[in-house]
Amino acid sequence: MRIDKHPILSFPKKEPIPFIFEGQHVVGYKGDTIASALHALGVTTLSYSIKKDRPRGFYCAIGNCASCNMMVNGVPNVRTCITPLVAGMIIERQTDKGVIR
Amino acid sequence: MKHHELIIIGGGPSGLCAAKMAAEAGIDVLIIDRSPELGGQLIKQTHKFFGSKAQYAKTRGFDIAKILIDQVIHHPHITILKEATVVGLYPDRVVTVYQHETYTRYQADRIIVATGASEKFLAFENNDLPGIYGAGAVQTLMNLYGVLPGQEIIMVGSGNIGLIVSYQLLQAGVHVKGIVEAAPTIGGYKVHASKIRRLGVPIWTSTTVQRAMGKDHLEAVELIDLDAKWQPLLGTERIMSLDALCISVGLSPMHQLLSMVNAKTKYINELGGFVPIIDDHHQTTVKGIYACGDAVGIEEASSAMMEGYLTGLYVATDMQRPHPDSDALKEKYDYELDMLRNGPFGIKTKIGLEKLRKDDIHAQ
Amino acid sequence: MLNKTGIPTKDQVLSRFPDRKVLIKPKAILECYEDIPCNPCSTSCPFDAIEIGENINKQPQLHADLCTGCAVCVPSCPGLAIVIAQIKGDRAVFKIPYEFLPMPEKGQIWDGINRSGEIICDALIEQVAISSKTDHTAVVTVSVPVDYLYDFVTVRVRL
Repeated sequence: MRIDKHPILSFPKKEPIPFIFEGQHVVGYKGDTIASALHALGVTTLSYSIKKDRPRGFYCAIGNCASCNMMVNGVPNVRTCITPLVAGMIIERQTDKGVIR
Repeated sequence: MKHHELIIIGGGPSGLCAAKMAAEAGIDVLIIDRSPELGGQLIKQTHKFFGSKAQYAKTRGFDIAKILIDQVIHHPHITILKEATVVGLYPDRVVTVYQHETYTRYQADRIIVATGASEKFLAFENNDLPGIYGAGAVQTLMNLYGVLPGQEIIMVGSGNIGLIVSYQLLQAGVHVKGIVEAAPTIGGYKVHASKIRRLGVPIWTSTTVQRAMGKDHLEAVELIDLDAKWQPLLGTERIMSLDALCISVGLSPMHQLLSMVNAKTKYINELGGFVPIIDDHHQTTVKGIYACGDAVGIEEASSAMMEGYLTGLYVATDMQRPHPDSDALKEKYDYELDMLRNGPFGIKTKIGLEKLRKDDIHAQ
Repeated sequence: MLNKTGIPTKDQVLSRFPDRKVLIKPKAILECYEDIPCNPCSTSCPFDAIEIGENINKQPQLHADLCTGCAVCVPSCPGLAIVIAQIKGDRAVFKIPYEFLPMPEKGQIWDGINRSGEIICDALIEQVAISSKTDHTAVVTVSVPVDYLYDFVTVRVRL
């Protein structure tokens, strides 16, 4: 859910950025990171833990905790919370330590 | 291998202030930051800051960031690398950087580690559920990206960050059901607490989170009261439904890079945990490598700025290239820093710094 | 109590109010009850009516005789701890800081809120001032029945 009006900040409508998440065509906006765009779409599970398959979302948002690691354009373990969203990115959840395909 | 006289790792308030001083002394500076934007955590701060004029009191955090960034981006002696993560630090002052899938090595004459701090975590059952965020993450989502973290939230921690972020959540239109605080008293400034109480948000002291519940996402938490010895009081459990929990239980200095060069650290509770041992010039136990800001002790951004200025000045002096106004500025920033630490909230820091000074180990 | 709940005691609040006779003119009420390093209220006052001194940790003191109720201090306080109060007959008129949406509008009746966040009375919005100088903090002039002089602190929109 995106904030429309805010008493201190302004969030003007920005240029949409199309990308693909788990095979679905979706849209983020200029200025988004991958994680923030997914969150705005209601996707809060970004990965599953390696051993117990527990859903993980993002926790720290500044690239420290590795909770947000996802596969981006085939490259695993990308810290989506600090990676800017680029048009055409293919985003997938990882369920393993990350294999370069 | 590229060379810079001074490499500053971290472009937050203390790194930016250090860069300004060093550059004004004529030193060639490289600032490296892993984020897409400089300014550290300041860029997410929508509230007006405390302190005095020297710390830009009554200016909103993100505006202070703009001022500090403005001072460096156009400076001819300062080069900036963004979205660049320092992956290696070496005792001969080589810094290795990973940026956009490229690995580059830099040689520096002096290094300042100004990498800030990271959120502490709280241990309870199911604390890894999506919907449980650090306070910084909530601020980032709301204030940088304009995305709501949830609709019904509980804040854990009544320090300044917990109180301020609760207020910011309310401004963004999120319902803050309450603030949970394990201690018997509120941790942060009472003016922040008063603002929250006016808005009808309860602060539950001597309370903690026992566990979180939910299938793929947070759905509820179980709160429990604590007795005078901070032990859970059985029978006081209650369940509250929510879709987001914000953990704001303190920060930990983030100086892991320094362990790559075996800089000595010391555990000092009052400063937030393990901190690098630094001398009066902010030099670590590794010659030529300095540290400042939250990475050496958790305080406010106002202190980080003053420490940054001082460290920049000291590095310049140590390089035999003192800033033209070195003595006057050192005196000014020393005075400001002391003033910031002079009240009851500064006592903890002062005790911590005393402990740090005790068995001083200077650089070899 | 303040340390546990964030709500000052009645005595603490009263200590910040000048005598009722003095409040015939608008005066600043500085509800800063803790020593923290901060002084923009003092440096912002065009009439030097707020004194903190060299040690910026000291709580501000109001020189009521110098205070004109101009309200420059209201948006300057990072803790939003300052309001202007005035007694006008059977009404208490306040200037309060406000940083939420929706913004109040002149003529509206909103809920009058006390320091515990409880609704205590009707509050009439008389004026809303916001400018680049106040940096997104609106200064809202609001009046309530004078009985609530020491209880009223802010307004809340009626849904």
